[in-house]
Amino acid sequence: MDRLDYVSMMCNEHAYCLAIERLAGVEVPIRAQYIRVMFDEITRILNHLLWLGCHALDVGGMTVFLYAFREREDLFDMYEAVSGARMHAAYYRPGGVYRDLPDRMPQYRAQHTRNARTLAQMNENRQGSLLDFIEDFARRFPGYVDDYETLLTDNRIWKQRTVGIGVVSPERAMALGFTGAMLRGSGVPWDLRKKQPYEVYDRMDFDIPVGVNGDCYDRYLVRMEEMRQSNRIIRQCIDWLRANPGPVITASHKVAPPSREAMKTNMEELIHHFKLFTEGIHVPPGEAYAAIEHPKGEFGVYAISDGANKPYRIKLRAPDFAHLAALDEMSRGHMIADVVAIIGTQDIVFGSIDR
Amino acid sequence: MALAPDDLAASLRSAFGDTLAEVAVALGEVTAVVPHGALAATMRRLRDEPSFRFETLIDVCGVDYSTYGNAPREGPRYAAVYHLLSLANNARLRVRSFAADDDFPVLPSMIDVWPSANWFEREAFDLYGIVFEGHPDLRRLLTDYGFVGHPFRKDFPLSGHVEMRFDPEQGRVIYQPVTIEPREVTPRVIRERNYADNE
Repeated sequence: MDRLDYVSMMCNEHAYCLAIERLAGVEVPIRAQYIRVMFDEITRILNHLLWLGCHALDVGGMTVFLYAFREREDLFDMYEAVSGARMHAAYYRPGGVYRDLPDRMPQYRAQHTRNARTLAQMNENRQGSLLDFIEDFARRFPGYVDDYETLLTDNRIWKQRTVGIGVVSPERAMALGFTGAMLRGSGVPWDLRKKQPYEVYDRMDFDIPVGVNGDCYDRYLVRMEEMRQSNRIIRQCIDWLRANPGPVITASHKVAPPSREAMKTNMEELIHHFKLFTEGIHVPPGEAYAAIEHPKGEFGVYAISDGANKPYRIKLRAPDFAHLAALDEMSRGHMIADVVAIIGTQDIVFGSIDR
Repeated sequence: MALAPDDLAASLRSAFGDTLAEVAVALGEVTAVVPHGALAATMRRLRDEPSFRFETLIDVCGVDYSTYGNAPREGPRYAAVYHLLSLANNARLRVRSFAADDDFPVLPSMIDVWPSANWFEREAFDLYGIVFEGHPDLRRLLTDYGFVGHPFRKDFPLSGHVEMRFDPEQGRVIYQPVTIEPREVTPRVIRERNYADNE
């Protein structure tokens, strides 16, 4: 699932886990739900930073790309601390998440190119737990968004390339199957996190930015504000996660493996582990469609099960598939150079288009 | 959700009556089975009538039911599953329609109702060979130029029929029958009904 849309990895996993959980009727512990929401929002920032950098690069602004990728490094460090992988995390599992948040962050080690002072500087915000590291980032991040906005929002060239380009009316956006920022940029206040809340989004306090004109510039503004709102959600999750310890994965061993410790002493747990890893999860017959508000739009997983240990059919509904299909219509009557701006604003990743 | 699944199912039954083969609510999701003959008219009404107003076609998914449940299947084999979303009523609906002929599955195209059906139907055609009547440009979308067969059909082997390699003698890329043995690491198995229940 991570490799579908390889810039918003954990969100892909999320929809897949939700579909399996709905079919199998598995309850997810509340702490795991908060962790998922927090990492969904980290992923949203991760995705939007890549989009911002590449979009600006495509229409001729080099600088934003460098700044955006600097911040992405910190976000990758969060991914790595929690799952061991910088990108393809496989952190969300049916029934919860793989493990709890670590108590300490990995440190940079001494190298002959770094003196003691640089090393101490690099490790300065890594002294505490992962949550401290994320909190430090969330404190700094609004300032970074301000920096990007100084570079672009009032930039004359940026506005010449994006204002009035690729205008989509709200009716047309709905008919074309647009979701996410592409729909909100046209002025439709639709966000699954608000309208059909999953996990603990109904307990979060955040706003949904909406565009007015439905052009590339409005969609840019919508996504910039989304990053600020994601940051707000992350802060709320940190506060809750600090105060409420608990399990992070379901206790049902038909879905989630038992603990290592229990497996060494208990025959039953050993059998559970063996059956789970050689055969997989048995999902009752039925069908489910689980959709989440992915950074790019509505990402849905339609799963049909016939009761076997393998799905009978999985259909992935990728948001950018529908968006790319509308490229033809959006770029009619524009210059070739504007197609670049429209592709940028659609936020397309081919991993999720050909799946 | 604003519109409860049971209310949606009830209003579907009262509005369409016998045109729908089945309306079911399971896991909080509403599924309607529509005969292929009535599909186009039903979909148009689902989009336009104020009690439904499904403005967005979220997804079209081809399905081949031929080996469902590891048992021989009676009834038609191919189906298209449409996922509709109503922003006005905040509701979702799943519509399934079976194609009558297994050898040449045909369904009406939804491209006049929702333009987003364009690529979704091309994908279903590519992977399952379902022909969408009325589609203006029903070409393959995901597979290679000159690809033979429809790879998601259950009788299509996982490793395919042909493989591609560069032939140094002819100096070009050639296709040849696959050379790898088919294998299955984890066999597909259906356990008794309450196997996954916790003790």
